[in-house]
Amino acid sequence: MASRILGSAIKRREDPRLITGQARYTDDFVLPGMVYMSVVRSPYAHARIRGIDSSRAAAMPGVLGVFTGQQMKDAGFGPIPCAWVVPASDTKTPPYPPIAIDTVRYVGNAVAIVVAQDRYQARDAVEAVEVDYDPLPVTVDAFKATQKGAPQLHADVASNVCFHWKVSGGDVEAAFRDADVIVKDHIINQRLIPNAMEPRAALAQFSSASGEVTLWSTTQNPHIERFLLSIDTGTPEHKIRVIAPEVGGGFGSKLPHYPEAAMTIFASKMVNRPVKWTETRSENYHSTTHGRDHIQDVEIAAMKDGTITGLRARVWANLGAYLSTAAPGIPTILHGLMLSGVYTIPNIHEDVFGVFSNTTPVDAYRGAGRPEAVFMVETMVDRLARELKLDPVDVRRKNLIPPFQDGYTVATGLVYDSGNYEGALTKALQMADYPKLRLEQAEARKKGQYLGIGVCTYAEICGLGPSQVAGAVGFGGGLWESAIVRFHPSGKVHVMVGISPHGQGEETTFAQIVANELGVGVDDVEIMHGDTDQTPMGWGTYGSRSTAVGSGALMGAIKKIKEKATLITAHLLEAAPEDIDYADGKFFVKGSPDKFKTIQDVALMANVAWNMPKGVEPGLETSSFFDPPNFVYPFGAHIALVEVDVETGEVALKRYVAVDDCGKVINPMIVEGQIHGGIAQGVGQALYEGAVYDDQGQLLTGSMMDYAVPKAENFPNFELGMTETLTNVNPLGVKGIGETGTIASTPAVYNAVADALAPLGVKTLNMPLTPERVWRAIQEARS
Amino acid sequence: MKLPVSLSVNGVNQSAEVEPRLLLVHYLRDHLGLTGTNVGCDTSQCGACTVMIDGQAVKSCTVLTVQADGSKVMTIEGLAANGKLHPVQQAFWDKHGLQCGFCTPGMIMTTCALIERNPKPTEAEVRHGLEGNLCRCTGYQNIVAAVQEAAARMKA
Repeated sequence: MASRILGSAIKRREDPRLITGQARYTDDFVLPGMVYMSVVRSPYAHARIRGIDSSRAAAMPGVLGVFTGQQMKDAGFGPIPCAWVVPASDTKTPPYPPIAIDTVRYVGNAVAIVVAQDRYQARDAVEAVEVDYDPLPVTVDAFKATQKGAPQLHADVASNVCFHWKVSGGDVEAAFRDADVIVKDHIINQRLIPNAMEPRAALAQFSSASGEVTLWSTTQNPHIERFLLSIDTGTPEHKIRVIAPEVGGGFGSKLPHYPEAAMTIFASKMVNRPVKWTETRSENYHSTTHGRDHIQDVEIAAMKDGTITGLRARVWANLGAYLSTAAPGIPTILHGLMLSGVYTIPNIHEDVFGVFSNTTPVDAYRGAGRPEAVFMVETMVDRLARELKLDPVDVRRKNLIPPFQDGYTVATGLVYDSGNYEGALTKALQMADYPKLRLEQAEARKKGQYLGIGVCTYAEICGLGPSQVAGAVGFGGGLWESAIVRFHPSGKVHVMVGISPHGQGEETTFAQIVANELGVGVDDVEIMHGDTDQTPMGWGTYGSRSTAVGSGALMGAIKKIKEKATLITAHLLEAAPEDIDYADGKFFVKGSPDKFKTIQDVALMANVAWNMPKGVEPGLETSSFFDPPNFVYPFGAHIALVEVDVETGEVALKRYVAVDDCGKVINPMIVEGQIHGGIAQGVGQALYEGAVYDDQGQLLTGSMMDYAVPKAENFPNFELGMTETLTNVNPLGVKGIGETGTIASTPAVYNAVADALAPLGVKTLNMPLTPERVWRAIQEARS
Repeated sequence: MKLPVSLSVNGVNQSAEVEPRLLLVHYLRDHLGLTGTNVGCDTSQCGACTVMIDGQAVKSCTVLTVQADGSKVMTIEGLAANGKLHPVQQAFWDKHGLQCGFCTPGMIMTTCALIERNPKPTEAEVRHGLEGNLCRCTGYQNIVAAVQEAAARMKA
């Protein structure tokens, strides 16, 4: 029985409430006396605030108050803290006031808040707040912002450079000196807008009697949110309860601690009513963090046979106007340390400049740093192959790290946990029938059709991560996880966890683990998460860590349950504890399987405690904290087939083959779903999506009308395959799978388009590969 | 100024005085407490707010409540009958056609209308038929499978 539960495609237990409209997202909650907050936002990307006149707004129907940044500061609310200050990079952390006080630094920067009886009145009053701005010069581009004469955003940040971080391994100078061939590129890894389907929302209830704050919030990490709110709202941590109810997707954009959470708490204090704020989609585009936005100068050194000997890069990472919660760690630790990819590149050096600009703050977006690394490495491998007139698969094979099970150290210093990259690549090539695809491509070209084949072999760092490393790299928290397993007298189980899933399905996955390990039915287990008052401390859901780290804590708690149940069973059966064995929900005497107690028997006895072994406490409840010894490194090989219409520049994605390895698979249906969604977002970056600012800092892609969130018609059915390489990092051998698709698919599709256009001499192609861009690139090559 | 409206929502007759500018989706959510219908954008792109008005799938963020006067509205809460899931709901569950669930009520309502129009849609027809509904989690593959599964079951 047991082995069938782990690894089976059990339908999700989350779904009944979601398909019937019974799920409760933050905006669905209504409290007695609740009023609505709306935010006055700057239409200028950079301006001094000369004055704010709220008198007309304050007099409007239903308005309870209009409040400014100065009032919020006077009420004891501090700046928004940055929680990841990377060491040895001289990182500047200029103040990030939740509401701008004297200067606005991006379009969408909050200037004032309005609290009113209903949503419509609040929005009306926002329009009536008069702000006198004195516009200042604007800079939006991460490279230009560092150049002489660029407008400066923050007083103490010269050239807008927030930090200069470096990573080095080997002797990169020698590698380039001795290279047969050097291939260079200038890559724009464009800014993306995450677009979780649920906009952000916050509902704060302040009790003046108890001093307690309850915040319902669209957060991926309620415990971090509580910790940071205790810093910037001045409310003691034990007086704050953060609840993440149903959360409608995050993709990293609901990881940061945002000003609006603090604003609703401030507003609730000011009007002494519960206050709800829900962003509009346009507001989301301007004030929810963006992702990516790198300018990369990269070169690789190689030998004639395709052996890569060195990689050198300079990166300008746009951080936006202020430092969001995790921003500095993304283009550094999560990007720069991954530049070896799946290859034995002995010499690596990268300089990363984190740069302020008059744009929306940038933070984690699905993959967070790793897509910017893997795209760089994987597109450069293809450039090298074209330069040397070698098959890109052969160049990959030449450089792949051989299979390993107990750690492999790359030049950047990371120790990958386990991998079999060749195995995944071979399987993907078989599934795609690569030799046949190449033949079809050659045939098609004779007919004037341009097919392109793109390959990406990747590994990524996730399952964040050992807390000791978190501390060493400047992360302002731990990265362990926690679980409490509680058996009720009837044998039913509650599990409380510190992770906070919002679509990833851990209510099902974790119930499967409990059922598998303890012999109860999957439906006898309830997984509770997302409420700081009801769940143990944990660091939340991001970085593909929930199952990789959270299951370690769960397995620890389960182990303790088994240990206690063994003592109780031994006592009840008058046997020695060392003579008790366990299988499939039964604790039995070794050699006498008919003498047993079920886990339900034990749960009942432990709870009534009529006859307990000496020195054993009543109850059957255990807790465990799990700090992994290393990150996990899932990997795989993806292959895209595209056809480019060279007359219109239109790219059609014809086939997509993905082979991924996330170690032990607990629920293949959920794993496949994660891969599907990941691939779609990565293809979105390659072909459709891109945030565009004009030189005055206006977001030209400021709504879903202007920013191309992919639709169902944009994709074929993805063809998935798996390999299974366990990790030693956690008890079940699982690796994260939430971000792999996004990391792998952008370069796979890009490489396919570049491959299709190579015969036309197209060398420069910037994402997103829209028909216009592709058409222009073709014209440029022809002229 | 408020205007009177009378409409049926999930089979229950409702009468109210509403501001002319009140969006139907806010009437459903804030006035009737039917929060299953979600708001995902403000430009009629995402389709999360899709409901049925007189049998047609409509984005309720783009309809004024007063425009729905006299009509029959059905939301996700009205779809399951006698405690039994509608075949479209069941297919979304069976095929893992949802992850965070936020787009799902709109996807399901659109699917109902799609199958009504085209009882046996091909994969391409389903993908085209869902062009007004965005999902960021699933990559659409299992949604397409769910729609086809539901169509097959409803035909049977």
